[in-house]
Amino acid sequence: MSAFETIAAEIGVGADEVAIWVERRWVLPGRGGADPIFDDADRARCRMIVEFRRDLAIDDEAMPVVLDLVDRLHAARAELRRVLEAVAELPGVERDHLVARLLGEVET
Amino acid sequence: MKDPYTVLGVAKTASADEIKKSYRKLAKQLHPDLNPGNADAAARFKDVSAAYDLVADPEKRGRFDRGEIDASGQERPEAAYYRSYAGGPQGEKYRAGAGFDPSDLFADLFGRGGRARGGEFRMRGGDVSYALTVDFVEAAKGASKRLTFPDGRALDVNVPPGTETGQVLRLRGQGGPGIGGGPAGDALIEITVAPHPFFRREGDDVHAELPVTLTEAVEGAKITVPTIDGPVSMTVPAGSNAGTRLRLRGRGVARKGGAAGDQYVTLKLVLPKEPDSALKDFVKSWTGRDYDVRGAAGVGG
Repeated sequence: MSAFETIAAEIGVGADEVAIWVERRWVLPGRGGADPIFDDADRARCRMIVEFRRDLAIDDEAMPVVLDLVDRLHAARAELRRVLEAVAELPGVERDHLVARLLGEVET
Repeated sequence: MKDPYTVLGVAKTASADEIKKSYRKLAKQLHPDLNPGNADAAARFKDVSAAYDLVADPEKRGRFDRGEIDASGQERPEAAYYRSYAGGPQGEKYRAGAGFDPSDLFADLFGRGGRARGGEFRMRGGDVSYALTVDFVEAAKGASKRLTFPDGRALDVNVPPGTETGQVLRLRGQGGPGIGGGPAGDALIEITVAPHPFFRREGDDVHAELPVTLTEAVEGAKITVPTIDGPVSMTVPAGSNAGTRLRLRGRGVARKGGAAGDQYVTLKLVLPKEPDSALKDFVKSWTGRDYDVRGAAGVGG
């Protein structure tokens, strides 16, 4: 059983479909010799694509736009987390004010 | 377990098509991969999915409608959503491909010059707060105060006329130094106005209590009164009572571009410090000594 067939069976689509997603770079599995390697994130991403199509009626035209926006959203969140970690390491009272403000607390 | 029709927002008699439409509408709003970090959306999506799983299957829907099964136990197994990985190291390749460049955002915030990555980082210096106490008269009339910073720098602060306690003066560029050639922050100076033994401020008006002798109150007098602009002469009319309030027009705070406030002087009748026997004798023999005061004020008895 190829890696495509394994993942395809897991999420209930055809192996050729998963191959097309990889070709379109919607999913970026690792390479192990000739066969691709789907890690947990890749498999979850495949499931997400299935759900987007089945449950949200997102078709092949709209799918790359949606995936791109999801990726941007996560990139922005990762960047925000990096900033907040830097904020958390700041010394002193200014940090406390900043954190209070970010948490939406009213300063007294 | 909630009623699946309520969760999906459809009638019990809804067609399969209506149910699907409603489910898709909700799923587009609530799908966890479109709402990372939103626990409320995740919980609602779970309910919506479970409800849809039940009523989208004609056999299960029939059994539910006939009361053979309840709405529980139909939940989907907890699938590992993509969002669980998206923020971690495994999601990095997807994020990196998304073309999101946070340096633009930071350039807006911190004024980094140019768009080139790795360019010099510029950042405005922080604001620094100081406290400054000024005299009552200085605050009322305005004054220039010299402030010495902890680093030895001295700076003349212009306290504008009419400054009140709690007011904050902002000195541009006198705060923390900027980073990488960025502008310095501001110095924020919070003013406390020291109380005055004689004057009191109410807005632009100045209030004061002025002691007068019995003689001055009975006979009237010309008295020299301090104001924030120096002493002025004031006429106390004959027969002035204790508590009489006299106005010195325009002797209050003169604010730029506004009419000056007034000074109000309230008379305070003061008897001689030592009991005066001549005064006592006079009052004893005074024919009008029993004049009514409390009756007129409505407290008589």
